[in-house]
Amino acid sequence: MKILGHKPTLSAWFGLTVMAIFIFVSVFTPWLAPYGQSQNVGGTWDEPSMAMLMGGDQIGRDMLTRIMYGSRMTIGVALAITVLSFLIGIVLGFVSAVLGGWVDVFFTRLVDVMLSIPGLIFALIILGVFGSSIPVLILTIAVLDSTRVFRLARALGMNLTVMEYVEAARLRGEGLWWVIRREILPNAWAPLISEFGLRFCFNFLFIAGLSFLGLGIQPPYADLGGMVRENAAAINFGMMAPIYPATAIALLTVSVNLVVDWMLSIDARPSGAQAEL
Amino acid sequence: MSDQLILEIKGLRLESIAGNVIVDNVDVKVNKGEVLGLIGESGAGKSTIGLSSMCYARAGVHIAGGEIILGGTNIRALDADGRRGMRGKRIAYIAQSATAAFNPAHTLMDQVCEAPTIHKLMTRTEAEAWARQLFKALDLPDPENFGDRYPHQASGGQLQRAMAAMAMSCRPDVLILDEPTTALDVTTQIEVLILLKSLIHQYKTAAIYITHDLAVVAQVADRIKVLRHGKEVEEGLTSQILHNAKQDYTARLVAVRGAAASERAAQGTVKADETVLSIKDCHAYYGTFHVVKGVSLDVKHGETVAVVGESGSGKSTLARIITGLLPPKSGDIVFQGKPLPRSLKERTKELKQRIQLVYQIPDVAINPRQSLMEIIGRPVEFYFGLGRKEVEARASELMNLVELPQEFLTRRPGQLSGGQKQRVCIARALAARPDMIILDEPTSALDPLVAEEILTLLRKLQRELGLSYILITHDLDVVHRIAHRTAVMLQGKFVAFDATDKIFDNPEHPYTQKLITAVPEMRVDWLDEVLAHRKKAA
Repeated sequence: MKILGHKPTLSAWFGLTVMAIFIFVSVFTPWLAPYGQSQNVGGTWDEPSMAMLMGGDQIGRDMLTRIMYGSRMTIGVALAITVLSFLIGIVLGFVSAVLGGWVDVFFTRLVDVMLSIPGLIFALIILGVFGSSIPVLILTIAVLDSTRVFRLARALGMNLTVMEYVEAARLRGEGLWWVIRREILPNAWAPLISEFGLRFCFNFLFIAGLSFLGLGIQPPYADLGGMVRENAAAINFGMMAPIYPATAIALLTVSVNLVVDWMLSIDARPSGAQAEL
Repeated sequence: MSDQLILEIKGLRLESIAGNVIVDNVDVKVNKGEVLGLIGESGAGKSTIGLSSMCYARAGVHIAGGEIILGGTNIRALDADGRRGMRGKRIAYIAQSATAAFNPAHTLMDQVCEAPTIHKLMTRTEAEAWARQLFKALDLPDPENFGDRYPHQASGGQLQRAMAAMAMSCRPDVLILDEPTTALDVTTQIEVLILLKSLIHQYKTAAIYITHDLAVVAQVADRIKVLRHGKEVEEGLTSQILHNAKQDYTARLVAVRGAAASERAAQGTVKADETVLSIKDCHAYYGTFHVVKGVSLDVKHGETVAVVGESGSGKSTLARIITGLLPPKSGDIVFQGKPLPRSLKERTKELKQRIQLVYQIPDVAINPRQSLMEIIGRPVEFYFGLGRKEVEARASELMNLVELPQEFLTRRPGQLSGGQKQRVCIARALAARPDMIILDEPTSALDPLVAEEILTLLRKLQRELGLSYILITHDLDVVHRIAHRTAVMLQGKFVAFDATDKIFDNPEHPYTQKLITAVPEMRVDWLDEVLAHRKKAA
C-alpha cells in the first residue's frame, strides 16, 4: 500500500496506525466513551475491572473515559495552536523574505526579542495575567510558537526568492501576495509539512506541561497532562493510575515523530541511496 | 599491444535504484600514453563511465555488470580498502567545477599534497617539492608560493590547473578529465587546454577526456568514442570521427559547429530606421563597484544585437539594467521613442510587457511546481485580463509557436528535457506579446544539437513576429550565426560594436582578436596551429 505516493516503512506504519486510532477516538469520543467525562462511577483509584478497564481516577471517574476525552481535548487544542502558529509564521516569514529591507529587519528583531525570553516563563506570565481559558491558551502558545515557524519560513523564503522564476514573476509585475502564494509556497510545502508534525508534538507536550503546572486546561475538562498531575499521588501507593495518561502522551508523541521522520526521508532524494564505494 | 593496455573496461553496465539502465554494455580500452575522448550529450552516461573506471558510482546508481581492469587487476573484485589504495594513486580524477571541488578551508598545497602522503608515496617535503614543480609546469603564478593560497584566492582557470596538479600528484597511470574546461571562459579554456595537453604528453599519462564539445576533444584526443543514451554510437580515430563519421548522429554533432553564417540571411528584415531601444552612456554600480562603465547601444526593429564577453565583463548586468532590475546611476534609456524609467517600480505594466527576458538556465527559470498551463497562461491572464477559455486557447497557440505538443500543457517542468524547458521559457516570454526579448545565454546550458534547435526556433520567431533580440552570450559561435550586430564587452565597456561580419572578419581591438581566435575549431590540428602562431608572434 502506498500513502502520498510512497511506501511507508515498518516504523511509519506503526506511527500511522497509532495516529489513526487517536484521531478516530478523538473524533467519536462522545459515542465511544463508556461513561460521561465528569461522571463518578467508582471509588478513588479503583483497581481495573470489567466495568472500568483502566480503573478509576483520583475521584472515582472512569480512567478510560477520561483518557478518551483527554486525548480529544489535547489533540484538538494542539492542532488549533499549530495551525494558527503556522498561519502567522508562514505569512510573516515569507513577507519578510520577499520584501526584505526594513520589514525584514523589523520582524526578525521582534522575533529575536520574543525568542530571548524562555517560552514557558512567557506563557506563565500571560496565562497568569489573563487567566487560563482555552482561547487565551491557544492564542498565547500559537504566538509564541509562530516565532519558530517564522524562522523556518523566512529561511525557506530567502532561498526561493532568489530563484529566477520568482524574479521572472517580479519582472512581470506580479504583486507580493501572488509571488508568495503561487511561486514560493508550492516549493516550500515539503519542509513545512514535516515541521508541522514536529511542532504539533512540541505544542502537545507544552500543553501537557502547562496542565501539569496547573495553568493549562482547567477542570472538569480532561487533558492528558493534567491527568498525570492529578493522579501523580497514586504512584506512592504503587498504583498504575498516572501511568495510563503518561503512556498516552508518550505513544502519541512517538507515533507523530515516526511519521514525520518517514516524511522527511521521502523528501531527501534519492531515497536511501548511497554512493558505491 | 596488450602490454601497452593500461585500462580496460568490458561490458560495463550501470543501473539506477529504480532499475533504469544508465550505461549499457560499454567497452573502453585505453593504452599507455593515449587519450580517449568520451563525447555525448547530457544523460549519455559519459561522466558515469568516467567515474566507474575508478569503480565509483554516484548515489542512486550502482555498477551492475562488467569488468574494470586497471593494469592487469580487476578492480571490481577488490574490497573497499583495495579500491581506495588505487584511487588517486594509479587513477585520478579532474572534475568539471574546480571551484566546487576544492575544500575552501584548506590551502591548495595541503590539498595537492594529501594524496601522495596518504598513499605513502612521498614525504610531505617531497610532495611539496613535486607540487611546486607541477605548479610551474602548469604555468601558475608564483609557483613557489602558489600553494599557500586558499581556493578563493585563485581564479577559476587557476583552480582548474591546481586541480590538474592535484590529480598528477601521485603520477597516476590514468587521468579522468570530466569536462575540465567547460566552466571556463573561452580565452581561459584555451590556456588550460594547452597546459593539460602538454602535461599529458610530458608524463605519458593515459587519459579519458570527457566533454560535450567535439571541437575541444578533437584537440586533445587520439581516439574518440561517441555515446548516446548510455550506449556506444561509434568509436574511431579522431580524424576519422571528424571527417568520416560512420553514424548519422556523429555526423550531425560534427556539422553543428560547421554551420555557416549565411543562415542569418534566412532572418526577417531589419527596419533600420526604426530604433526600438537605445541606451546612452550608461553607468551602473553594485554597491561601490563600477560594473558598467558608459555603455551605449541601439537596437532596431527585427534586429538581433549580441553582447559578448567573459564572465565578469558586465554583460548580464546590462540585461538587468534594461529590464529595470538594476537601475543605472546615470545614462538614458529610450524605448520606442519614449524615455524608459530606470527602475522596475516606475515602469507601467505595459512597459514591463513589451520587454521580456529569457534566462540562461531553464531549470530554475520556471517554477517546478506549476503546470505549463499556469506558466504560459499567467502572463496572458495578467497582461491582457482574458477569461479562462481565451487563456487556454492562447496557451495552445503559444505551444504551437514554440513547437511543443499540446498535451504538455498539463505537465510540470520536471517532466520535460532541458531543451523543452527552454522552449517553455520562450513561450512565456512570447505570451506577453513583447517587442523585444533579452536572451541571457539562452543556449549555454543546452547540448549542442538542442541548442541548435533553439537557435532555429529563435530565428523563426524573429522572422514571423518581427521581434528584436538582445543576445547576451559568451559563445561566439552562436553570435556568428544569429546576430546582425555584435558588441564586444570588456571590463564594463564596449571595445567594439559593429556588424557581426565586420567584427569577425576584421577584428580591430586586440581583445576581439583574442576572443575570436580562442574559439576551438572542428579540426584536429587547430590547437597546434594556434600555439605555433603564438610562438611566431612572440
